[in-house]
Amino acid sequence: MKIIIAGDGKVGATLTRQLSAEGYDLTVIDSNQHVLERSLEQYDVMAVQGNCASMETLLQAEVKDAELLIAATNADEVNLLCCMTAHGLNPKLHTIARIRNPEYIRQIYRMRELFSLSLAINPERQAAQEIERLLRFPGFLKRDSFAKGRAEIVELKLDENSKLRDVPLHKLNGIVKCRVLVCTVLREGRAVAPDGNFVLRAGDRIFVTAPAHDLSALLKNLGIVTRKVSRVMLCGGGTVSYYLAQQLLKGGMDVQIIERNHDRCLQLAKLLPDASIINGDASSRDLLSECGLESCDALVTLTGLDELNIIISLYGNSQGVPQIITKLGRLDAANILDTLPIGSTVCPKELCSSNIVRYVRAMKNQTGAAITIHSIADGRAEAIEFLVDKSTLHCGVPLKELQFKKSVLVACISHGSVTEIPNGDSTFSVGDTVVIVTSGEEVIYQLNDIFA
Amino acid sequence: MNYKMIGWIHALILSVAAVFMLPALLICLFDGDSAATRAFLYTVMLTAAVAAALLLLCRGASKSFSAREGLLCVSSCWLVVSILGCLPFVFSGAIPSFIDALFETVSGFTTTGASILSDVEALPRGLLYWRSFSHWLGGMGILVFLLAIAPISGRNDGSTMHLLRAESPGPNVGKLVPRMKQTAKILYLLYILLTLLNIVFLLLGGMPLFDSVCTAFGTAGTGGFGIKNDSIAGYSPYLQNVCTVFMLLFGVNFNCYYLLLLRRFRNVLKDEELRLYIFTAVAGVALVALNLRGVYATSGETVRHAAFQVSSIMTTTGFSTVNFDLWPSFSKAILLCLMVTGACAGSTGGGFKCGRIVLLLKALRRNINELIRPRRVQVVHQNGLPIDEKVLKNTYAYLSAYVGIVIISFIVVSLDGFSMTSNFSAVLACFNNIGPGLDAVGPVCNYAGYGVISKLVLIIDMLAGRLEIFPILIWLSNSMWKRQ
Repeated sequence: MKIIIAGDGKVGATLTRQLSAEGYDLTVIDSNQHVLERSLEQYDVMAVQGNCASMETLLQAEVKDAELLIAATNADEVNLLCCMTAHGLNPKLHTIARIRNPEYIRQIYRMRELFSLSLAINPERQAAQEIERLLRFPGFLKRDSFAKGRAEIVELKLDENSKLRDVPLHKLNGIVKCRVLVCTVLREGRAVAPDGNFVLRAGDRIFVTAPAHDLSALLKNLGIVTRKVSRVMLCGGGTVSYYLAQQLLKGGMDVQIIERNHDRCLQLAKLLPDASIINGDASSRDLLSECGLESCDALVTLTGLDELNIIISLYGNSQGVPQIITKLGRLDAANILDTLPIGSTVCPKELCSSNIVRYVRAMKNQTGAAITIHSIADGRAEAIEFLVDKSTLHCGVPLKELQFKKSVLVACISHGSVTEIPNGDSTFSVGDTVVIVTSGEEVIYQLNDIFA
Repeated sequence: MNYKMIGWIHALILSVAAVFMLPALLICLFDGDSAATRAFLYTVMLTAAVAAALLLLCRGASKSFSAREGLLCVSSCWLVVSILGCLPFVFSGAIPSFIDALFETVSGFTTTGASILSDVEALPRGLLYWRSFSHWLGGMGILVFLLAIAPISGRNDGSTMHLLRAESPGPNVGKLVPRMKQTAKILYLLYILLTLLNIVFLLLGGMPLFDSVCTAFGTAGTGGFGIKNDSIAGYSPYLQNVCTVFMLLFGVNFNCYYLLLLRRFRNVLKDEELRLYIFTAVAGVALVALNLRGVYATSGETVRHAAFQVSSIMTTTGFSTVNFDLWPSFSKAILLCLMVTGACAGSTGGGFKCGRIVLLLKALRRNINELIRPRRVQVVHQNGLPIDEKVLKNTYAYLSAYVGIVIISFIVVSLDGFSMTSNFSAVLACFNNIGPGLDAVGPVCNYAGYGVISKLVLIIDMLAGRLEIFPILIWLSNSMWKRQ
């Protein structure tokens, strides 16, 4: 499949890496020759230099043979124009545009119709939604939802005092008093697919599948206090901050935003009348304590500098803030950060590109395709949601009689409104939603790929 | 300064005034009152002559003018129209003193309703009509009327906005539709419609046609000139209730009615000024009614009088059904406070305006927050939209000018030796365009006792109150008269 990526910036580069690894034919367009050279050195792609909204450049990139165009330059209007032009040249083309200006948010669905976009993505808004989901269930480091929100995979970190420390997995359900499944354990930087005799240790990060309605019971029985988050401090007043504050305020939370630039403060104060906008440097401890950091239920660091975010998060941890979320622009240092108490990390760029990769895979395989794909355990494992249809093999056969590929785990099965954590006797039938967790090298495109 | 243009607008205004005097003239003819007929005839002729002279003098004026010309034009137009409008009273001998006639007419055009007449019923019907009609015209604005009908603005000329801004009450004057002329037309159409509705409801209650028209004019402009010596007291409870409702309706921002016509109900329901207005009215009625327990025979009657008087004072109309000067102090205190509150911006009512109170309260809250947390950045919002700092600055300036004028007028008026209550309420009642005050200027008394200087001060107060202070204050400003 031929894919054109217009704009070789942060998101563009991440997409290039992921999509070229999956074996697609990529053409990258950018106006900057240096950026293109870097991509050419790193990946097996074609590069076209020029304005991605101009017909000439698009034709040069062979838009007529392409199946998908992803416009991810830093200007929304250029992205839209690029998609429109390309669509005019090749009406069968799927187009994805990055649209991040908050002023366009309300009209995003209309715009998709008007400009015949297949998908409009907004990294900042996605990041904000992700953070908001985390804040709604304080205690989990990460949440991914499946089967229209009925099942979740949540990430927990075990510390010295955890009730699960030194517990073999077959005793787990007795402790948490609901049916859950540990699908992946991240220990010392490696993802392990555990079996019933696997013993959990302090420092492990575990990924647990559970029906959504059991989440609060899970937290309660693990002894993780879930005080409802009501006071949130956001450091940095960028776009993510704005989206996040808007959603949190809608949920009735008390939101403080600390921003250094006075003009931006005024702008935020106009947009968010109910939030407290504080003008000052978020790295100043005096300011943070003046704003009552100690009494906050959550701290979210969203400045443009990863280093600053990490430092503020560390400081917040030392002040005993129960929940901390750190925004990172790049995940290169994720391994090192594992050892630091900076809470959950959210990377807008990654969220955005995994969203697109999900779309691309679904496009590639129209039947039996994955509904959603979430990368978990820092990208070392994937949770993939499939719809069981007529072409699916082994419908109605108990799982214990089936042979699966190594490193594949059936994490959950949803029959209609009932979500089940499967055991050996479980079966799936046409119409069910199945979540598969895989930590293997090979990519699972279809549900049938899981059978050995 | 574009004096030619100012003169030309004056000429147009005078022509309009002359035309509007014709119905009064016809009523006098119909009644066979020769003195009044002659008075109106002379006035119409004089007005038309002045208008014609001005038209000749100011031919071919360039049609652009700036904010300061707009302000100057509005205030001088009002003065000129008042001076000519008072002539029928003088010529007919109904009010022989010129200053008294001017007081009466300014009180009419500014929708105050403060009178110097002790026996209103003795006036010829033509003059009564003219008095009430001046309320109606002054309520929505003479220049707004002119904007609606006359080709004042050039083809691509935004300068007429200055006129509307100078004449329309409220901190935040905007257009409803792109064209100024259209905006003015919509305002007047709504105004005429509501007035007709009022007349119909009064007729249904059995009020004679002449009384209905005059009362509706007084209600629509939130003026308050009655055509009976006892104001509205002599009419049936139904008619009094109709007045209560319509007074309140005319105190609402006319933009709200336009939004209702556009079916944007949510915007109207969420309007913060309207909410404060309704809350204040309901709270006022409740407090006064509680305070008046036992004064009237039935609780229904108590509520009726309380509602009527609270609406009348709050919308700055000034009708009365009872002599509220005899009410307990608490009720009088409430009424005195409501005099200041006033109606909504963009209505025909006067006073400080609920909209400004909303803004000031919000600004106050912001200042207190800033004292507690100096680094917090806040923007004042109204109806979900951020308010420009310039609007707030204007509101502070308005508050200080308002207080200053009240103090100075109070001191000057006190020279006449009436009681403190009389003087203070007289100043408030005139400045806020209400009419009746308390004690010596109460609902059954009048302003005839004040001296010439006091009357002049009160005339200026009435004009300043109607035109929102600044068009009057600029006359005292140095920079106004400097060459640019």
